[in-house]
Amino acid sequence: MTPQEIHDGLKARFGDAILDFKADAVTEPWIRIAPDRMKEVGLFLRDTPELQFDYLMCLSGIDNNDGTLGTVYHLYSLVKKHRLVLKATVTKDNPQTQSVESVWKAANWHERESFDLLGIIYTDHPDLRRILCPYDWEGHPLRKDYKLPEFYNGMKVPY
Amino acid sequence: MIETAARGTTVTASPTTSSGRALRTEEMVLNMGPQHPSTHGVLRLELVVDGEIIVDVIPHIGYLHRCFEKHAEHMTNYQQVIPYCDRMDYVASMSMDFGYALAVEKLLGIRVPERVEYIRIIMAEFQRIASHLIALGTYGLDVGAFTPFLFCFRDRERILDLFEMTCGARLLYNYMWVGGLSHDLPPGFVEKAQDFCQYFKPKIKELNDLLSYNEIFIKRTANVGVLPADVAINFGCSGPMLRGSGVNWDLRRNEPYAVYDRFDFEVQVGRGEVGTVGDCWDRYIVRVREMEQSLRIIEQAIAQLPEGDVHSAIPKRIRPPVGEVYFRTETPRGELGYYIVSDGSTTPYRVKARSPAFCNLSVIAEISRGAMIADMVAIAGSIDIVLGEVDR
Repeated sequence: MTPQEIHDGLKARFGDAILDFKADAVTEPWIRIAPDRMKEVGLFLRDTPELQFDYLMCLSGIDNNDGTLGTVYHLYSLVKKHRLVLKATVTKDNPQTQSVESVWKAANWHERESFDLLGIIYTDHPDLRRILCPYDWEGHPLRKDYKLPEFYNGMKVPY
Repeated sequence: MIETAARGTTVTASPTTSSGRALRTEEMVLNMGPQHPSTHGVLRLELVVDGEIIVDVIPHIGYLHRCFEKHAEHMTNYQQVIPYCDRMDYVASMSMDFGYALAVEKLLGIRVPERVEYIRIIMAEFQRIASHLIALGTYGLDVGAFTPFLFCFRDRERILDLFEMTCGARLLYNYMWVGGLSHDLPPGFVEKAQDFCQYFKPKIKELNDLLSYNEIFIKRTANVGVLPADVAINFGCSGPMLRGSGVNWDLRRNEPYAVYDRFDFEVQVGRGEVGTVGDCWDRYIVRVREMEQSLRIIEQAIAQLPEGDVHSAIPKRIRPPVGEVYFRTETPRGELGYYIVSDGSTTPYRVKARSPAFCNLSVIAEISRGAMIADMVAIAGSIDIVLGEVDR
């Protein structure tokens, strides 16, 4: 199915959870989903026989540098051989996105990484700990306004 | 009673004394790593064990974290990111560069000369053989076979010699640039590459005789760490890990990039020949057979190699349009995806690397529960992780 058809199907089913659709984006169209409805949309995409998005290729966090953070989901169907890009945008003051860990287990570590580096909080995630930075690290390094700390555990950080 | 999933047998977790009174057993935490020969880098596995049986595995990663993604945002242009890509999967640098170059080229909408396409594929396939040789050799070492390791490294040296004569580096090449290559093939390369193909074919048989069908090796790896296909897909596994579970899926065949659609090769899948589909031996043998297929691709590519200028399409200034791209390629370890966001300037706004070993490693707890501690080494080795790429 084309992204347009998938979008129309989602719009009919979920209505106001589908916020935006950009069909003419460079390289690939994407659909913006309400962050607190991610899980039900994910389950629908995975379990509907015509869609069968069984493979989460990538989940990336991004700082949009306008006070918002985003999560980008790249989905693929090994059965139907089609792909889809979803986005969920949250504000930095309340960065809560619903976890899709129960839909695709691949999201488990990717969401931890996104939480670690960008500080997006995935609600209902079973184990939302830092994954790449040390467990006692402060701040989220991939945010555009991140300042390197002067000291880490009392040690001066070089350069 | 604990069912050991790996061997399909039951062991008593609550033994009784001779008087028939139940003995109390206790779970114990055992740290494997961060410095452990069979973790293939700095990986710490926190094993929760009940006697010899593994109850749970909690991997702790990040010891090699350099925040590649932050570095990429702070470069002055797109080409400067490539040396950092090299350092992600340091035993398959060519494949890492390849994916990045293709992703940026797609964002720019440019095509590279035919000669570049072919040379890239020759290099990527040589890299696949070199990388699999490390995986197979060290895997033998993990389970106690020393000689295959030496044989594998001997053959890998020859491939590194080919890389060295092409671009001067043996490990981190910075060879595939956006729009082209750093150097054309040197004189004599084609002959040496053909020599290698002839030399290497019997060596695969040698490896099979020495290790693959060795009774002890099969006993250590068959029916251990069985990964069912649906679990592999749900966890986002890819590469030999996914194919070992019997899923016929290879991006070179199913989503051909560059000029892979012009070559004739077979996708190898695990068939459970000596055990269950998706066990450690299946993942191992998929790698062995992939080396044969890589040789086939190299021979075809060399035979068709066109003339041309490898520098002609390199852009003087890379300034992609505002937008984003997700591009994935098949590296020796599986699906490497680059998600690149451009804000229209000369530096990438965001680069995310979806590294195959990161996803493959996340399934380790799922396939090791119920196994013995000694099998843990066999399971971790069969995943073929490179921590530089897991931690980025």
